[in-house]
Amino acid sequence: MNTNSLVSIDDISRDEILDLIKRARYFEEHPNHKVLDGKVVATLFFEPSTRTRLSFETAVNRLGGRVIGFSDASTSSSAKGETLKDTIKMVSNYVDLIVMRHHLEGAARYATEVTDVPVINAGDGANQHPSQTMLDLYSIEKTQGTLENLTITMVGDLKYGRTVHSLLMAMRYFNPTFNFVACDELKMPQEYKDFCDQHGIRYHEHTEFSPEVINSSDILYMTRVQRERFTDIMEYEKVKNLYTLRNSMLANAKDNLKVLHPLPRITEIDQDVDDNPKAYYFDQARNGLFARQAIICRALGIEPEILPEK
Amino acid sequence: MSNDKKELAVAALRNGTVIDHIPSNVLFKVVKLLGIEQMPSHVTIGNNLDSKRMGSKGIIKVADVFFPEAILNRIAIIAPGAKINIIRDFEVVEKRPVELADTIVGIIRCGNPKCITNNEPMRTRFEVTDREDVTVRCHYCGKAVKSSDAQII
Repeated sequence: MNTNSLVSIDDISRDEILDLIKRARYFEEHPNHKVLDGKVVATLFFEPSTRTRLSFETAVNRLGGRVIGFSDASTSSSAKGETLKDTIKMVSNYVDLIVMRHHLEGAARYATEVTDVPVINAGDGANQHPSQTMLDLYSIEKTQGTLENLTITMVGDLKYGRTVHSLLMAMRYFNPTFNFVACDELKMPQEYKDFCDQHGIRYHEHTEFSPEVINSSDILYMTRVQRERFTDIMEYEKVKNLYTLRNSMLANAKDNLKVLHPLPRITEIDQDVDDNPKAYYFDQARNGLFARQAIICRALGIEPEILPEK
Repeated sequence: MSNDKKELAVAALRNGTVIDHIPSNVLFKVVKLLGIEQMPSHVTIGNNLDSKRMGSKGIIKVADVFFPEAILNRIAIIAPGAKINIIRDFEVVEKRPVELADTIVGIIRCGNPKCITNNEPMRTRFEVTDREDVTVRCHYCGKAVKSSDAQII
């Protein structure tokens, strides 16, 4: 077990979050700093995720490291019935760091228990995806200048959306106010509202995506409403357009408001929003590179102090 | 006198262990948990017996067997109010409650079919998050479950 592993955003403290943001900022200024010279990183994608894999592999390459791995379990030995434990133990002989994505929940936690090589969780089923949360936090801090005292409005699928749950939990250190905007079928689960109550976090629930909610927000965090989440297809047809953001809806928004989305988006953000300077979702994806460079360096114990100010 | 008879029908035990105050709905889970099905000893199981405190209760009496404490404490996962009586020569020589550990390893199954523990040859692990009504959380997938609803491995 390596204590530099990152399995869940819950595993890291407020100070570590701020430290990772500081490192991400450094890598945004110096994206090609070759601190991973001579290091080999495995990207084990038991479940395909092109976007996340390319982001991690770009991060390693820009840092001067080398990548081995697979992008689909069907091309790995797990297709022959090898256990996860055996695959991880075998790969651990070759590399300095493992980045893994798996369709089973808890797979990354288990992997940390069978190897001494640090493990970064790049998504385990519906459970955790901490590098997504770090890039969300970095994007918020970068655009607002702080993580403290912000009003964050989450819109769309708040029931199954892994990203909104992780972001909510990570924000507990920073005195946020949340607006949860969703239809009844996809509203924020009780356990996360209990979490807010336990941590003194203010939140308001809305079924209507109203101008009042938008105009009071610092961050609009949009998510995709997926048809397959609905038991009743009529219900989906009824609500699918209720939570679509259009450019005209941003007319009286705060100057500092930014629109975030974990992507891919379908129809929940109209194309006409893309040219609004408040649209931030493409920059947000770019920030993922720097956030992941920061996470990789933390996992390998490369301290920010030894990063020279170039 | 008739009361004594009723007691004796299930009570006479010279040496052994009595597990009392088991909620009726989990009695057979406790039987499974202790592996009593495999035991050659005399075993008496009573269920839906009247209880002043619980309304209805179950009781298990196992002759000539003294379980290790760690095994008995497993009962706390599904029956935190159960009482252990150690009997020697018809006398109760020890009476104590069961104790709930902070973590539960390899005893119950995670209810999440997509959890890694249900797909790899590995031991399950749960953290107790609520000692009052014994809610546990899977160390791996994070899913919470009331332990009385959990399946015994």
